[in-house]
Amino acid sequence: MLNTLTLAQVLAKLKNKEISQQELLADLEKSSVQNEKLNVFLTMNEHMAKDSSALAESKLMGVPLAIKDNFCTSGIRTTASSTVLNTFIPQYDSTVTKRLKAAGGVIQGKTNMDAWAHGSSTETSQYGRTLNPRNPDHLPGGSSGGSAAAVAADMAIAAIGSETAGSIRQPSAWCGTVGLKPTYGRVSRYGVIAMASSTDSPGPITKTVEDAAILFNHIAGHDPYDGTSSTSPVEDYTAALGQPIKGLKIGVVYMDIPGLADVKSLFEPQLKVFEELGAHVEYAQAMDPNHSIGVYTVVQRAEVSSNLGRFTGVRYGDDRSHFGDEAKRRIMLGTYTLSKGYSDKYYLMAQKVRTLFLQDFTELFKKYDVLISLTSPGFAKKIGASEGSAMFGELEDMLVEPSSITGLPGINVPCYHDPKTNLSLGMNIMAPMWHESLMIKVADAFEKHTQWNPWRNAEKQ
Amino acid sequence: MKTQVPVSHIAQLANIPITKDEELKLEAAFEETLAVVEKLQSVNVSGVEPTFQVTGLENVTREDIIDEQRMFTQEQALANARAQHDGFFVVPQVISQD
Amino acid sequence: MTAYELVCGMEVHAELKTNTKMFCGCKNDPFHAPQPNIYTCPVCLGMPGGLPVANNKAIEWTIKLGLALNCKINLFSHFDRKNYFYPDLAKGYQISQYDQPFCYDGKLETEMGTVRIRRIHLEEDTAKLQHKTINGEKVSLIDFNRSSVPLIEIVTEPDLITPEHAKAYGKALRQILRFLDIADCDMEQGGMRLEANVSIRPIGEKDLPNYKVELKNINSFRFLEKAVAFEVKRQAVVLEEGQTPVQETRGWDDDKGETYSQRVKEDAEDYRYFPDPDLPPLRFTEEQINAWCAELPELPAALKARWASEYSIDPKYAEVLSEDKDSAEWADQIFRKAADQQLNPNAIANAIVNKKVAASVGDSAEKVIAAFTELNKTESMDEGELSKIVAEVVTENVDAVAQYKAGKVQVLGFFMGQVQRKLGKKVDVQLVKAALEKVLNS
Repeated sequence: MLNTLTLAQVLAKLKNKEISQQELLADLEKSSVQNEKLNVFLTMNEHMAKDSSALAESKLMGVPLAIKDNFCTSGIRTTASSTVLNTFIPQYDSTVTKRLKAAGGVIQGKTNMDAWAHGSSTETSQYGRTLNPRNPDHLPGGSSGGSAAAVAADMAIAAIGSETAGSIRQPSAWCGTVGLKPTYGRVSRYGVIAMASSTDSPGPITKTVEDAAILFNHIAGHDPYDGTSSTSPVEDYTAALGQPIKGLKIGVVYMDIPGLADVKSLFEPQLKVFEELGAHVEYAQAMDPNHSIGVYTVVQRAEVSSNLGRFTGVRYGDDRSHFGDEAKRRIMLGTYTLSKGYSDKYYLMAQKVRTLFLQDFTELFKKYDVLISLTSPGFAKKIGASEGSAMFGELEDMLVEPSSITGLPGINVPCYHDPKTNLSLGMNIMAPMWHESLMIKVADAFEKHTQWNPWRNAEKQ
Repeated sequence: MKTQVPVSHIAQLANIPITKDEELKLEAAFEETLAVVEKLQSVNVSGVEPTFQVTGLENVTREDIIDEQRMFTQEQALANARAQHDGFFVVPQVISQD
Repeated sequence: MTAYELVCGMEVHAELKTNTKMFCGCKNDPFHAPQPNIYTCPVCLGMPGGLPVANNKAIEWTIKLGLALNCKINLFSHFDRKNYFYPDLAKGYQISQYDQPFCYDGKLETEMGTVRIRRIHLEEDTAKLQHKTINGEKVSLIDFNRSSVPLIEIVTEPDLITPEHAKAYGKALRQILRFLDIADCDMEQGGMRLEANVSIRPIGEKDLPNYKVELKNINSFRFLEKAVAFEVKRQAVVLEEGQTPVQETRGWDDDKGETYSQRVKEDAEDYRYFPDPDLPPLRFTEEQINAWCAELPELPAALKARWASEYSIDPKYAEVLSEDKDSAEWADQIFRKAADQQLNPNAIANAIVNKKVAASVGDSAEKVIAAFTELNKTESMDEGELSKIVAEVVTENVDAVAQYKAGKVQVLGFFMGQVQRKLGKKVDVQLVKAALEKVLNS
């Protein structure tokens, strides 16, 4: 089945005419029956076949890509998984989808997410939750749960997600895929429905590290429409693949956080691979990630409360009574922390603690080339786990929040698979700002030298 | 420590319609969230400047040149409007603020 | 009744005439747009995913205005979000400046006194609302052509001491904006908007009153003057009754000749200001500021002072001719050429202002000077013919002669008129005067 191929494989086979686009689309069509149960896609691109056939000679050769539903796609309904935007059809493209289309990619459909990206489970979607394809009694994580599930279920060749604090890496960990969160400012946010403006980072969710590097090449780079996007030159991220990591200094962090007992013993042995490859691995002390929860909670909700002010149902969408519970909570908490008399105590304070995290990472990266941690404190949780807690997401994402709030890049790779539950653990590899090539190099090395990636192993056969 | 959030006042500021029922649920949710946030107060931030943007970028501006490409036609601008009239967006009249 | 004095500060908003809007590349031309909602994009329409990028011309012009008003410039500055809900505010927040405006601590001199400028900042305008009844329903129609047009806000200290002073300040400010060529200030269209904060206190008291009334939606200087004057009287009555005037927003009803309440302000609004995360901060260097300072044109005050000292131009004429930059440059050229030709520049100013010559801005200096000389051309005069006429006039007006000899020297003017009339043509008045005096003094 062609839908089980990686992006790199599909591109190679299309190029030497081993397979045709029609064949690929047909197999993807067959796999889409899973949507009934898994609820991965909210909207399909009706023109996919037509769009695809015209792009045979391009870099991405008309390959369909699953796009998280917070990216505005011209002519295709975009909802951010909220009923406020049930009828919204953007008349413009986000820069990310514009670039993918320019490279010859095709929009396959829009994937389910936590409504407004508020969450780590995809359970807060107002269009029903998405199920984890590896084990449908469990959640796929979030907020890019739909994109991660699409890839994990082979319903998509590759996908695009976004991360504000864990929303690419955590669902990738829970679904067993690769998820790349770039440096903040590396990929344009223009046309992405804003959540926390100061941390939102669009990025690829894919089957392999190679696939992530391929897509990343197409979307990274300065955008004059995004004032926070960097002008620093973009590298060829595929050049980092297959590179040796001998002599690299790796710092392992957050291992002493209470609550990791179950998974610590499964994770730690995985680090041996790096030593076998000649890298130096050491446990390192980092600033307590618990504090990042407070920072993230305040900053994100404050910025969200302002960013969602534009949704009034006048120029587009429906009125504010359509906001779901989670959205209402976040908007109001954010309003409160910015309000008179409180903004110094909360907002300003959070921004100061953020500075401390930045300083801490700067110090750590003087000693280490990359830092590694678990992505999530455990396996994918069961359905319903997010309900009843106002702080579910933040606690789940604790291990990745420090890198999110400081804008550091990070990539998730599967690092353990439980044959009983069919669920995976993910490893989070972080690099200094703008050094995605470094983390891609390390991630690729891990993937190639372990057996945790089902698609890479399928290739080996 | 129970932090009293004036929920109905905040809902008004945030322009979110809530029922009495929701008001109670929200109070509880806020308590839970603020309990987590309060922990921040224990961090020593003396002499630390706030970071509003991690990029360190400055002076990002644009030239005063018209961008024809991105401008909408009137049709595009109104494409998703709930109500329109003669090329205008329509809303029920608000009591005049100014 | 206690004698009160005015305590008044003003907030003026002016739309900048940049080509494009403040945070996007949409055309900035709301007043002449043939249709509503044709100059919009995802950014100024507040669409999901829209992001602002600041117009550097608008920033430059704001700083130049600050320099023209003797302000200090914040070398490190940024934009803030001002959050509130209103149908004309696309994003649910206005991008403005809160704690680090571009300019602060300046002043504008007027004849009635110095007005200190507290701050000048840059923000974006809102969309335009129109109230209508359609199919029996009261609705508001919204046009976003104006949404996000660059708007400069100038705030003064409460230094305005009379309604006339407020008007003079407004006019002087408008003149500077026009001289800098950064705003058209068309008040009827809303290109310049005036707000005054008015309170009164017993004369001699130094403390600021504990209340203020905001006057808004005043779109002419005349109305401003009247409204402020009315408020002084109205507030005095309230204070005399032992009450404090209600802190509120009032408008001016010109038909009734009174202010009226628009909105009562209980507390100051909670706008939840915070730095806009989408816009990196601005950092300027001294060199840059100095370079911009050097680019400033000659401003009205300096120009008028130069005209007075170089050309002895009467302030009344100077005011009219320097109303805008084009007119000022044109007049300046004419004065220079006139002076070169030993003509009296002030006389030409007089002729232009009082429309004794047909001259409009843009006419060449030569043309204007020619018209002026034509006006004052005198014809040649035969000395003999003049003496004859003078003798005639003196003989015919014995009483007047007696008056002159008795010391009423001003009677000479009467004689001059008589001579001119008899002559029937324009003759050099100095000659006539000399001739008459010769005869009368003999």
